[in-house]
Amino acid sequence: MHKVKIYITLKEGVLDPQGKAVQHSLNTLDFGNVNEVRVGKYMEVMMEDSEKIEKQVEEMCDKLLANPVIEDYSYQIEEVIA
Amino acid sequence: MKFAVVVFPGSNCDRDMYHAVKDGLNEEVDMVWYQEADLSQYDAILLPGGFSYGDYLRSGAIASTSDIVAQIKEAAEAGKPILGVCNGFQILLETGLLPGAMLPNRDLKFICHHEELQVENNETMFTSKYQEGEKIQIPIAHGDGNYYCDKSILGELKQNDQIVFTYTNNPNGSTGDIAGIVNEQGNVLGMMPHPERAVESLLGNEDGLRLFQSILTYWRNNHAIHA
Repeated sequence: MHKVKIYITLKEGVLDPQGKAVQHSLNTLDFGNVNEVRVGKYMEVMMEDSEKIEKQVEEMCDKLLANPVIEDYSYQIEEVIA
Repeated sequence: MKFAVVVFPGSNCDRDMYHAVKDGLNEEVDMVWYQEADLSQYDAILLPGGFSYGDYLRSGAIASTSDIVAQIKEAAEAGKPILGVCNGFQILLETGLLPGAMLPNRDLKFICHHEELQVENNETMFTSKYQEGEKIQIPIAHGDGNYYCDKSILGELKQNDQIVFTYTNNPNGSTGDIAGIVNEQGNVLGMMPHPERAVESLLGNEDGLRLFQSILTYWRNNHAIHA
C-alpha cells in the first residue's frame, strides 16, 4: 500500500484573493512580517501497489485533481506497511 | 426546435432554463438527467447553473468527468449550439471545451444582482438579436465567477472575436472584464450571467430572451424546411 501526498498550489501570477485575506488577518494578529500567503490544497490518496503508480498519480493530477490553467502540483509517494 | 437542459446533481437553475425555452421561446424542451440523457435527439444543449457536486474540488470539476461529457463534446463537434450558464460555464471550462478557468470572486463574496453587460460580438448564433456594443442588464449570481486566462489565451480570444459579453463594471475580477466567451467554432457559449432569468418583463427584465431567440433564428435558417 502507498500513501500519496499531493500538494496543489496556484500558479505564479494567478491572484489568490483568499490568500490575500488570510495575509491581512495574520497582519492584524501582529504578524507584521507576513508579506504574502498562498492557499493551496493537500490530498492524501491511498493506493494499492503498482509499478505504474507514479504515472498514475501524474495522470490523475492532470485529468482531475489539479487544473493546469491555474494550478501546479507536486507529490510524494510513501510506502505504508500495514 | 428541441432543447435539452442537462441536470446534474446540484443543478438548481435547470427549471429557470426550462421555463425560458418553454414559455419565453415557446419551443420544445426537456430536462434530462445526466446519467440517462441521449443528447443525439436534441438540436441544442443547455447546461444550467447551480452547484453540481457541491462545487467539490473546483466548481464544475466533478461534473466534467461524467459520461455525458463525451456526448456534449460530440454535439459540440457536430456544430450544435451549446450554452453553459454559470455552473454550466464552469463545467465547459473544466471539460476543456472552452479555454481558461474560474477563480473565486476578487472580493470573496457570493454576488447576486443585475449587472450591465456589453455585447462585444453580435455575429454569433447566440447574439444575432443584439446590436454590437449594446448594453444589456442580466442577473449574476456566483461565488466563483472570476474568469482567468493567461495573456496568450486572452490574445487569442480577442483575435478570434471569441469574447461575446464583457462587464461594463467588472464585479468579480475577471480577466479582460470577460462575462462570456465562445469556442473558436462559435457554437459553444459559456457565460456567468443568467440570461434565462431575464426573459419576461413581468419579472422586470427581458434582455436575456433575445439570446434564446438568436439560437432559434440560427437554427431555423439552417433548417429552413422544418420552419
